[in-house]
Amino acid sequence: MLKLTLNGQSVALDADPNMPLLYAIRDIQQLTGTKFGCGAGQCGACTVHVDGEPVRSCITPLSVAAGKSITTIEGLARGAELHPVQQAWLDHNVPQCGYCQAGQMMSAAALLAQNPSPSDDEINNHMQGNICRCGTYPRIKKAIKQAGVRIQEVKRSAANVQATEQGAQS
Amino acid sequence: MIAKITRRSILKTVGLQGPGLILMAPMLGQADTGNKASADFALGVFISIAKTGDVTIVNHRAEMGQGILTSVPQIIADELGADWLRVSVVQAQGDAKYGNQSTGGSASIRNYFPYLRQMGAVARDMLEQTAADIWQVQKKDVKAQNHQVINLKSKKALAFGDLAEQAAKLPVPDIESVKLKDTAEFSLIGRDVRLAGQEDIVRGKTVYAQDVQLPNMLIASIERPPVVGGRVKSVNTAAAKKVAGVVDVIQLKERALPTNVKPVSGVAVLATNTWAAHEGRKQLDIQWDTSDKRVALNAKHNSAEYLAELVSAVNTQGDKVRKEGDVYQHSYNASKTVEATYTVPYHHHMSMEPPAATAVVSADECTVWTGTQAPQWAKGLIAEELGIDAAKVTVNMASMGGAFGRKGKNDFTLEAVELAKATGRPVKVVWTREDDVKHGFYHSISANYCKAEVNDKGSADYWLQRVAYPPIGATFNLEAKRPSFGQLSLGFADIPFELEHLSCEVHDVETHVRIGWFRSVANINNAFAQGCFVDELAAKAGISTHKMWLNLFGKDRIVDPAKEGFDEWDNYGQKTQLHALDTRRMKAILNRVVQESGADKKVKKNEGWGISYAHSFNSYVAAATKVRVDGDKLTVLEMHTAIDCGIAVTPDRIVSQMEGAMIMGLSTALLSEITVKDGVIEQNNFYDYMSTRINQCPPLFVYIAESQEAPGGVGEPGLPPVLPSIVNAIYHASGRRIRDLPVNKVLTV
Repeated sequence: MLKLTLNGQSVALDADPNMPLLYAIRDIQQLTGTKFGCGAGQCGACTVHVDGEPVRSCITPLSVAAGKSITTIEGLARGAELHPVQQAWLDHNVPQCGYCQAGQMMSAAALLAQNPSPSDDEINNHMQGNICRCGTYPRIKKAIKQAGVRIQEVKRSAANVQATEQGAQS
Repeated sequence: MIAKITRRSILKTVGLQGPGLILMAPMLGQADTGNKASADFALGVFISIAKTGDVTIVNHRAEMGQGILTSVPQIIADELGADWLRVSVVQAQGDAKYGNQSTGGSASIRNYFPYLRQMGAVARDMLEQTAADIWQVQKKDVKAQNHQVINLKSKKALAFGDLAEQAAKLPVPDIESVKLKDTAEFSLIGRDVRLAGQEDIVRGKTVYAQDVQLPNMLIASIERPPVVGGRVKSVNTAAAKKVAGVVDVIQLKERALPTNVKPVSGVAVLATNTWAAHEGRKQLDIQWDTSDKRVALNAKHNSAEYLAELVSAVNTQGDKVRKEGDVYQHSYNASKTVEATYTVPYHHHMSMEPPAATAVVSADECTVWTGTQAPQWAKGLIAEELGIDAAKVTVNMASMGGAFGRKGKNDFTLEAVELAKATGRPVKVVWTREDDVKHGFYHSISANYCKAEVNDKGSADYWLQRVAYPPIGATFNLEAKRPSFGQLSLGFADIPFELEHLSCEVHDVETHVRIGWFRSVANINNAFAQGCFVDELAAKAGISTHKMWLNLFGKDRIVDPAKEGFDEWDNYGQKTQLHALDTRRMKAILNRVVQESGADKKVKKNEGWGISYAHSFNSYVAAATKVRVDGDKLTVLEMHTAIDCGIAVTPDRIVSQMEGAMIMGLSTALLSEITVKDGVIEQNNFYDYMSTRINQCPPLFVYIAESQEAPGGVGEPGLPPVLPSIVNAIYHASGRRIRDLPVNKVLTV
């Protein structure tokens, strides 16, 4: 049995440790939001977070993911409340066919967690492993920037709340 | 004929709850029986209005990223007078009662716009009649808008939900008696509405064909013959069967050439999970037989040699398909004449989702979930394969993760059906990326030859053009050796220039791989040749490319190739009264892109603008691209497209299709090609059939012409003019003429 945390839940998997994480997520856990695109780490459609880092699940054996915390597109939102990246994707009507977008959003969310105000070059560098054949790149760039602004606002207001509470206590 | 259907049947179709107005209105259209001609069918799209006022509209066409899931219901809802935020959209199954569902040829709106409007108008008329009856006023004194019917005199209002049940009892009015809205009154058409399906996508909830899960399901991975038509000579399955999770290994039935859209046989490994199926497949030991005479020819196919043969062919006289005046009596003035041959390699669709389908087969019934552009064609083929009544076949249309023409062929659907029948269990066939690349229906490899002489008027004449490429018809008929007249109407023999002397010629060729429809089809190579050639003529004449185009279009006029030597002209299946080839619109869209982009302005050293134009699928598109060339290094700086597609129904999705066309144009012109060696496709995956990445994507700009003309296509027309605009820009930046794609053979991109 391989144990890992999937979208906050502890999961025990009876599977070959060589099986790529992608197939364990899709076939065994039946979370199909994470997509197969190439099976070779070339296109990014299968991107998930492993301990917060963006990882190509199609070339990541289950044994590597064991004991770690995995987040898929299904775990990005907090219930009804979309992650700022998902909201920005909606606001800019980013998806066309939508198939690559889970991977795009997972990559974008990982970028913004480290760097909420990326430059165009930083977006290009971080996102170039995610292919979109429909051609949504210009909107992805806009949506990432918008989501970054939102993430900073949330952080600032959280910091303000904290500062106010600390002020009240002192 | 209008028919009201029973509530039971619509409940079955769309799973609605609660009584209300349920309507099936008619549209004329053709059933999608593939490429066979067919009789007219009544086309029904369902509208239902619940007592709560919730409106449900069925989208009967296939969604693959173009946004038709929004546009079809949007058109109906506009005529209905519905509040878009109270409309739910339901995806239809594949069923002849909807009329033509074969989603290709950029046809969903350009072919069915008036009928979709009539559908909404009929339902609106019934609601208005009901309100008029209640108020005891004439129908002209009431008006449906914003989800209610207003009494124009008393200003009272009745909500759709309050009228629905009573309206359902009315006889359905004669469709011709129902007046359509004035276009100035459109409330949804032409506006950016909330798009259907987007929230499911961003939450990862959309179910694509690859995502279908059924209890007790097996997953199949199939090793197919590397050469088209190849057969299994022998197979050792022992090692595959030992892989944990593998349940069965099944040899698919052998099939003769032509392949049609059917499977190519092979050996399937079926397992309880995808990985086990793929791992088991790696253990297969298969010997292939290519001794059949035709298959042996396929096994000798080498695309480089084949292309050289096409080039030789188009440099000799071919069979004339259109002739005006006589180019052969003319002695060309060498100093004013341009002669050039252009080539485009095979291309592959490379949709992000490789093909997939799931099937369940019982004694006399079959249900599939498949990502198909042609659900009724699938249904007919399945019925034929299983020897059962088509009425016993259910085709569920899963969302498609891209298609671009590939998924109009149902080979993968039939594979799932064959394996589900053989195992007695639900089977999902999943294609890997390598399967997709190596077993596609490719865009034809091609050679186009052009020759013309420039004149003192800044134009050209004595226009000679020839083309040779393996035709789509060869996929269905081994004797097909040249493009159909329909294919020749894709930007070749429908050339719209004001010419006194013109010869359009075609050569016969043999075909050795499966050829299919690829986004905009032969418009790609024809627009590439024509767009580059006009640029070369302009250079020869010493004028701007913009001016050369305008002069070639000539005076304002309606072009009718059928009256100008091309009797067999096919206007994308449309009547010329509705979709004329209009030189005013050609000139206007080209002027628009030049003006908006600044393509006529001076540039820095090593930079250059390229422009081009193409008409396809009844829409007009012009493109402008700016590049920088430093030595052998190409950088694309910005790209612009302008489209005149008549009435622009869903503007945001038109912009997204144009953006997508520019990015696919970059891939197709600069990065990718399919090559064949000894009958085998040489490419494998994204690392050797490359697609534009975000860091290679310049700023993109889109302009949509204001128009009240009938809507033309949108999904495909953006692509053709983009390729020549890029290559022309390279010439203007560097002086290098590139006539053979892809560009990365000579420049670093």
